[in-house]
Formats: sequence, C-alpha cells, structure tokens
Amino acid sequence: MKTTGFVKEQPWLRGVSRALPIVMGYIPIGFAYGVLAQKAGLSVWQTLAMSVFVYAGSSQFIAVGLFSAGISPLSIIITTFIVNLRHMLMSAALSPNLKGWSKAELAVFAYELTDESFGVHTMSFKAGNPAKGEIFALNITAQTAWVLGSWLGCTMGGLISDVRPYGLDYALAAMFIALLVLAISDRIQVAVAVTAGVLSLVFLLAGLDQWHVILATVIGATIGVVVEECSKTR
Amino acid sequence: MLVTFLPRVAPVWFLASRSLPPLVASWLRYVPPAVLAAMLLPSIVAPEGVVDLHWRNLYLMAAVPTLLVAWKTRSMFGAVLTGMALVALSRLVWGI
Repeated sequence: MKTTGFVKEQPWLRGVSRALPIVMGYIPIGFAYGVLAQKAGLSVWQTLAMSVFVYAGSSQFIAVGLFSAGISPLSIIITTFIVNLRHMLMSAALSPNLKGWSKAELAVFAYELTDESFGVHTMSFKAGNPAKGEIFALNITAQTAWVLGSWLGCTMGGLISDVRPYGLDYALAAMFIALLVLAISDRIQVAVAVTAGVLSLVFLLAGLDQWHVILATVIGATIGVVVEECSKTR
Repeated sequence: MLVTFLPRVAPVWFLASRSLPPLVASWLRYVPPAVLAAMLLPSIVAPEGVVDLHWRNLYLMAAVPTLLVAWKTRSMFGAVLTGMALVALSRLVWGI
C-alpha cells in the first residue's frame, strides 16, 4: 500500500507513528494532570510550564497530587528528585545506543526522557538502529501530546467527564505491560522482571514509597548479572 | 527544572562517549525489564496502595489478557486497546 510505504520511508513520520501509543496514554493522563493542577490552585500558565519545562509525564501527576495534599514545596522537590532518580538508570541504560551523539543532541534527547519514552526507545534500539530524526520526532510527538492533554485538562477541567468509562485510565498501565513484554527476550530477564516487580511491591507496602522502584531495579538488575555470570562459568 | 533534567542528562553525557566495562553493560541491559516491572507491578496489584487480588481489581484482571495479547502479537497498539477495552467493558457490564 502506497501510504504504508511512504510512512516507513520517512524517519519523522515513523517517529510520530511510534509515538502514537504514548499519545493515547498521555492525552488522558495529561488531561487528568491538568484538571488536578487546576484544582490544586495552579494557574494555566504554571500547569503548562511544568508540562513544557519539567516534562516528567506521569511523575507530574504524582507531584501535583502531593501539592494538593498540602505537602511543602521543598518536600515535593526532594520527593520528585528521588522518584526521578530512576531516570538516571534509564538514561544510563540507553547510553550505549547513543554513542557518537553530540553533547547538544544528548541534552535534547535526555530532556525528553520519560518512563514511557524510555520503554519505546528501548524497544526501537533492540529492533534496529532508528534514525535520529525518528527518535526526535517520537519525543516531540510525545511531549506535544502531553502538553496538549495538560492544556485540555486545565481549560476544560470544569466540564470533566469521567475518563473511566472509556478505560482511558488504564492506557498507561497497558502500555507498560506491552513495553515490559517486548523488553524481555530471555529467561533471566523474565526472572529479573518478576523479582524486581515483587520487590518493588514489597518495598512499597513496607513504606518505602519513594525508593521502592529504584531499590527494586538495582537489586533486580544485580541479580540478573549475577545469574548470567554464574551460568556462564558452569 | 534542573531537578528533573540533571538526572536524565548526566549519565548520557558521561557514558555515551565511553566504552563501558562488560559487567556494567550487562547490568544496564537488565535495567529495562527491572525498572518497567518495578513500576508496573505495584500499580496493577495495589492500585490504591493496598494489595487487591479481588476480581474487582480491574487493573489486575485486565493485565493478564493484555499481557497475552502483547506476547502473542508483539503489538503495543493491540495490547493497549485490549487493556482499555476490557476495562471499559467490565465497567459497563458489571458497573464497577
């Protein structure tokens, strides 16, 4: 089909089409974030500024929730920092694929790194070597969707209709399930995922609500390497 | 905001121009499955902060078919649509 061929040949369009699942998640969650931000007293400008300059996807959602609960700004900043430390790990995990990029390109790429874009990029790099144009197009599309969703949320929040009947609140979780499945290609990775998932849950229930993801990730990845090394020497 | 940007940019700035020791590279390869699972599992098993294994926990119930669809079709779109449709349908039919 002519259209499919055309899309496949244009890196920018490929990038946009790859971002569509993220867009599907970001519009409703962005919307929900926009509504919450408004209700928490943030102005439209402040709400959008966070989406443009901070761009932490679903993490913004959590931050606003904390703000609504009356937590002090300093605590929120510290919490956000700790919660987003996982992005350091994600950034490190992607770095082997970014060899030779200029510092400016790396900065732009890192700026657009979110949980969701990390998942999709991991997948793209695994499947092949995407062009830079494709990568940047993906990121821009994702952030545009996020900002758009935020804007819709804070301007139309008054008319809020529940996203729940459409199952839209599940979009991001479903996306993460897919990303996880696609990120796993051997048995050790399955074990790592299960271990990390369970640990994360346990840590969360034990009260480590800011550190559970990082701790679980570090422990899980370490176990993975240990198992891999041990099975080699056998 | 620097607080969010610095953790993201520091590793790539530092690491992308270097060759990593094999063990570190291996460790990094396990980060994606680990971090995705670490974020995912609590949100579907304990969406409200407490473990909820009841069938009423749609996030958990819909996760199994979503996972199967993702596994068999390797399609993200398919998986997301499946998950959303199941949740929407369940709410419609059972009024959860």
